[in-house]
Amino acid sequence: MNPPDAALATTSAAPAIAVDGLTKRFGAFTALDGVSFAAGQGEIMGFLGPNGAGKSTLIRILCGLLHPSAGQARVAGIDVARQPEAVRARIGYMSQKFSLYGDLSVVENLRFFAGIYSVPRAEMAGRIAYAVAMAGLGGQENTLVANLAGGWKQRLALGAAILHRPPVLFLDEPTSGVDPESRRRFWELIHTLSGDGVTVLVSTHYMDEAEYCHRIALIARGRLIALGTPLEIKRHSLDGELLALACADLGRALPLVQGAAGVRDAALFGSRIHVTVDEAARRGPELEALLAARGIAGATARPIAPTMEDSFVSLVGKAALNAATSANAAGARP
Amino acid sequence: MLGRILHLLIKEFLQLRRDKSARFRLLIPPIVQMVLFGYAATFEVFNVSTVILDQDRSQESRALEDAFLRSSRFALAAPARRVADVRDAVEASDAQLGIVIPAGFAELLRKGQTAPLQVLVDGTNSNSALIALGYVGQIAGDFGQTYAQNLAERTGRLQGKPIVSVEVAERYWYNPNLNSRWFFVPGVIGTLTLITIVNLTAFAIVREREVGTLEQILVTPIRPFEFIIGKTLPFFLIGLLEVSIVAGVGMAWFRVPFRGNPLVLLLGTCLFLFATLAIGLLISTICRTQQQAFSSNFFVLNPMFILSGFSFPIASMPPVLQWLTYVDPLRYYLVIIRATFLKGVGLEALWPQMLALAAIAAVLLAAAVLRFRKSLD
Ligand SMILES: Nc1ncnc2c1ncn2[C@@H]1O[C@H](COP(=O)(O)OP(=O)(O)OP(=O)(O)O)[C@@H](O)[C@H]1O
Ligand SMILES: [Mg+2]
Repeated sequence: MNPPDAALATTSAAPAIAVDGLTKRFGAFTALDGVSFAAGQGEIMGFLGPNGAGKSTLIRILCGLLHPSAGQARVAGIDVARQPEAVRARIGYMSQKFSLYGDLSVVENLRFFAGIYSVPRAEMAGRIAYAVAMAGLGGQENTLVANLAGGWKQRLALGAAILHRPPVLFLDEPTSGVDPESRRRFWELIHTLSGDGVTVLVSTHYMDEAEYCHRIALIARGRLIALGTPLEIKRHSLDGELLALACADLGRALPLVQGAAGVRDAALFGSRIHVTVDEAARRGPELEALLAARGIAGATARPIAPTMEDSFVSLVGKAALNAATSANAAGARP
Repeated sequence: MLGRILHLLIKEFLQLRRDKSARFRLLIPPIVQMVLFGYAATFEVFNVSTVILDQDRSQESRALEDAFLRSSRFALAAPARRVADVRDAVEASDAQLGIVIPAGFAELLRKGQTAPLQVLVDGTNSNSALIALGYVGQIAGDFGQTYAQNLAERTGRLQGKPIVSVEVAERYWYNPNLNSRWFFVPGVIGTLTLITIVNLTAFAIVREREVGTLEQILVTPIRPFEFIIGKTLPFFLIGLLEVSIVAGVGMAWFRVPFRGNPLVLLLGTCLFLFATLAIGLLISTICRTQQQAFSSNFFVLNPMFILSGFSFPIASMPPVLQWLTYVDPLRYYLVIIRATFLKGVGLEALWPQMLALAAIAAVLLAAAVLRFRKSLD
């Protein structure tokens, strides 16, 4: 991959994306509430959050598709609300819906988007060939896009979004509904782009994908509830240590565990209960004994390392508590 | 800038070429409708409101009046004592038709000469008045023929042939045969073009919005007017093609004459297409889904059709509606298209309609460009 156009690149001093107090209201509903963060050049920043969290709203504001109700956003050093056109020349965007033309072929789609991005005629063929190769669609140039499988469609959409070599890329759930192998290949592409200096902001609700990001931002109900590297998030999100508890009657066990001494939090995770405790080595045997005493058979607790999902559940729970006291989302920054 | 428009155009035509049903949708329904409309245009009308003034007060004049009323084609609207009463009634649209049997009518007939009958027609583009005028000629002709036979039998002489001639005071001189098809076919061209182009334009953009491709286009540096030109130029060309085809069918099939200057019609058609494209664009900026676009089109196109004077005379509408007809581009285009086809008049007569269309098109296009925001809220 060629590096992004030097003329369009951000100066290394300014962050590629700088968001400050961004708020978006739809009527009385607040979809995005005072979100602030910054992303540096070449950084892969993941936005993780449940459905309706506000991920797409945030990305659309950064693309100049929605006007913020309050706050400021600068992309490639340019104020999005004031100069949306200048921003558009410097960004690539893959919307959550697949948005290439199904009734056009692979090259026809690429030619169209290269054309409206005013890619110089001399470079057109080369860049289209690159996008075709990147998507792994060599030999399928004349296939109608509607007939491509999901993973290829998404890689082609990514190829179309970088035809004009934008220094900043917004990908809104690019891997949803795509098989794991295609997801892995897609993330390899993202890392290649990042290696070339492209800043990538990608939203997802696959927890495992968060681990592929340099930094992740957890977002729930329009608020940024945590921001940091995957390791930082996992380390700091839990105040205590984590136990995985297996036993017979999970439904009856859960309230017992929640009320036990030294337990800060407990939640069902599949066929286990994940329990946050002050001291795993001591509370594990205590919980096993407690459940055995109450007639719940086969209770075994063992210490585990928290996953992103554990952190997420814990942080969302805390944020919901704090929402009552209206703690600022920025306070959750590590 | 030109490059971006060009790429949008290429894309539109590629999509159109691939959409096999589009070619069918664009060509077949207008032709079918043209033929259907053309045949349906030979309406029958009954009880046309009519004022009859009998200045002759003879046995013959009373017999003719009787023949008119017995036909059930005409219904007496108001009594009249003077020619001025008839004129007033027709001008005020109290009656669609005024018939004056002048003094000396019977005397001329008895001498075996041609007796004139004066008819005033509501001077608007009313199809029913035209058809009614046809009935007047027919009934008067029958009356004259029967009278001639009786006269020949009674007197035994065959010199002279008394006939009743119908003189139309306010005459549709451009359609002397009272061929209502001629009158209708040009109107159908305008109406079909309006419906096709507004629908095509509105749906083309709303479909992209619904599918999600519009969002992808909005994040590119394309400017609103570039997008609008690229998106509407194909439909402009399709509109021109459609007018030519439908007009060709009308001329070949129904033998409608084309007496005017094709360039004048082309100018009027271009202005009309600008206005209809703008209406389609405006609808597309308001609607999120194709379903919404469908009902909006229905609510916009129907009033435009009704207010155009295509089938209901504008002069008999309530004043408020008459005012509304002034913003209906179809109203002007119908005048232009009928005048170029049937009257053969040029810009010297049609400039007010051209100006009105140009003004409407300019306002609507400006509104469409301003309303088309490159954002989702
Ligand atoms: N145009 C709009 N008008 C009103 N409400 C909206 C609009 N767009 C989004 N919302 C609401 O804002 C909230 C956030 O939506 P958004 O699409 O940003 O969520 P998301 O995190 O992208 O969710 P998902 O994972 O489902 O894509 C949702 O509750 C949504 O219903
Ligand atoms: Mg979303």
